[in-house]
Amino acid sequence: MQFILRRLAFYAVAAWVAITLNFFIPRAMPGSAVDAVLAKFPNLLPPARKALEALLGTGPQGSIWSQYVSYLGHVFRLDFGISLSNYPTPVTTIVANGIYWTLGLVGIATIIAFTLGTGLGILAGWRAGGRLDRSLPAMMFLQAIPYFFLALLLVQVFGITLGWLPVAGAYDGINYTPGWSWPYIANVLNHAFLPALTIVVTSVAGWMLQMRNVMVTTIGEDYVVAAQAKGLPDRRVTFTYAARNALLPQLQGFGLALGFVVSGALVMEIVFSYPGIGYLLLNAAASKDTPLMQAIFLLITIAVLAANLVVDLIIVFVDPRVRTREAT
Amino acid sequence: MKSLARLWRRLPGTARAGVIMLGVFLLIAIIGPEVAPYDPGVTTPLQAAPPSAAHLLGTTQTGQDVLSQFLSGVRLTLELAFWVGVIATGLSVIVGVTAAFLGGVWDEFLSLVCNVFLVIPALPLLIVLLGFLNGTSAGQGQFPVIFVLSLLGWPWGARVIRAQALAIRSRDFIAAARETGERGWRIIVFDIIPNIISLIAASFVNTVLYAVGASVALAFIGLTDPNSWSLGTMLYWAELGNALQIGAWWWYVPPGLAVALLGTALVLLNTGIDELSNPRLRDVRSATRIAGRRVWPTDPTPVLGALNGRGGLGGFVRSFSRKSLLDEPALAALPAGNAEKAGELP
Repeated sequence: MQFILRRLAFYAVAAWVAITLNFFIPRAMPGSAVDAVLAKFPNLLPPARKALEALLGTGPQGSIWSQYVSYLGHVFRLDFGISLSNYPTPVTTIVANGIYWTLGLVGIATIIAFTLGTGLGILAGWRAGGRLDRSLPAMMFLQAIPYFFLALLLVQVFGITLGWLPVAGAYDGINYTPGWSWPYIANVLNHAFLPALTIVVTSVAGWMLQMRNVMVTTIGEDYVVAAQAKGLPDRRVTFTYAARNALLPQLQGFGLALGFVVSGALVMEIVFSYPGIGYLLLNAAASKDTPLMQAIFLLITIAVLAANLVVDLIIVFVDPRVRTREAT
Repeated sequence: MKSLARLWRRLPGTARAGVIMLGVFLLIAIIGPEVAPYDPGVTTPLQAAPPSAAHLLGTTQTGQDVLSQFLSGVRLTLELAFWVGVIATGLSVIVGVTAAFLGGVWDEFLSLVCNVFLVIPALPLLIVLLGFLNGTSAGQGQFPVIFVLSLLGWPWGARVIRAQALAIRSRDFIAAARETGERGWRIIVFDIIPNIISLIAASFVNTVLYAVGASVALAFIGLTDPNSWSLGTMLYWAELGNALQIGAWWWYVPPGLAVALLGTALVLLNTGIDELSNPRLRDVRSATRIAGRRVWPTDPTPVLGALNGRGGLGGFVRSFSRKSLLDEPALAALPAGNAEKAGELP
């Protein structure tokens, strides 16, 4: 319990740092960020202009401190103002539309990659030096390919040359209407296949390598030898004795890696014009749509923090040592 | 030189491959732009031409020479990654060692800062930062990218280094140095840092890897100066010029492949460092062949008699020890009946 409370406090601090960074970055930039933004959108209506000035800290607003307090108030009310590039639409509406696509695509693809990579890592570590283990350098090559480059190649081969799969967007908006109908869902899956494949192929090797290394170390432990000496079947020794213990660092890595995966997926979404958060963030950055940019950054950060918290809870549940260490 | 040669022999094969690949890239980076046949930015009327004798890797849609762009791109990308590696690893060492050495409140505080920066996702922050820098006077050239990547690249290394330095700090020789009245910074520089040098090397390689990936991604999405020819900007222009649609593979394959190979080289090098510093990863590398049968280190210890149908008492007893399976001298002493089979051992 104390462990969970401590983690909660930690994530609260992390969230506060992110929110504060978000406040200071535009103010710390050389030149005036606001001028650059205003130059890009010359015909802003007065209310939007005022909101932007409050957000970025120009105009006669008084001290930095009072600006900060009013900024915090806006953040807690989830009021990020109005998007500049899609003028009258509030930022929250745009973000809400994007989040489902990213969560669905990146979330599922990450879970597949994690499960697959960990499973392969268990097998490779158990038979260190075996056929699967020797394929690792090839897997590392796959991992080293930049996300977006693989995405480009997949688009070229499967989308353009072979014409098997669609290469842009999340669904075909002309022939299908969104809803819980089978043709629509099939169409969505069809569109998600290549992006998901990109994520899985490029991230599976990392999981595999990490799991394999921990597995090799765990196999040397005395309790694994003891389990074998008892004559337990191989499968039981592999999974219940070695893999279960080797999995703990892997889970911790999973939490941290979520942040990286979200990041990688940002660029991948650009290539596939997938209407997720990353696509929105880049368009916002390219068009200097500051309110949208800040809101998306905060949203991604909070999502990653929440995911980390869930992973922490799972670790408490799986690893009795964390519980007892806290109790003493 | 001699110790370098010894280190080379101890490196596993994959790591050697990594070192060689990295060497090739370094060579390209050093001499590449000097031997480049054209100015990478100059446009000619020869648009999107496939490879030929005049343009070994063809030209882009605006008639620029791809080979020249590639040669200068390797240098720029490596240069950037190197500086990020140096700055971020320097920060990691400073923060990690300081936290471990000072302990107490400072340790708590620095660890908290580390962990906070670890969980905040880096790329969105990079995009936001560069989004603001772009278009301002400070957004030119490589400097802003080096700056923001270094700023966000240090926490992982700092955490690992702190843990190791903490373990070293509690050793006796540090206590002895303190007793003799050594100053704090002397202990850090001469007693602690030499003991974590392999960790610092690994963290440097990791940071360089991160810098290559992140800088190429950022350049690809057009957030860096598009007029500096790095591998990422090449891909950016290739995407913008519809290189895929017009089938100009000579334009986008070289930079993409180079990034992938560079990444592979760094990962291979890193696993090599891992194996050097963690004997367990090194020793359990392969299966052994015993009496013509493949035996894995994780297999239940086979009773020798079950392997070949017979066997003396000595071999039977020895077969109980795990070590006997991996030790060649022990196997050479197998009962005479197994001599020819023992001869097959690798």
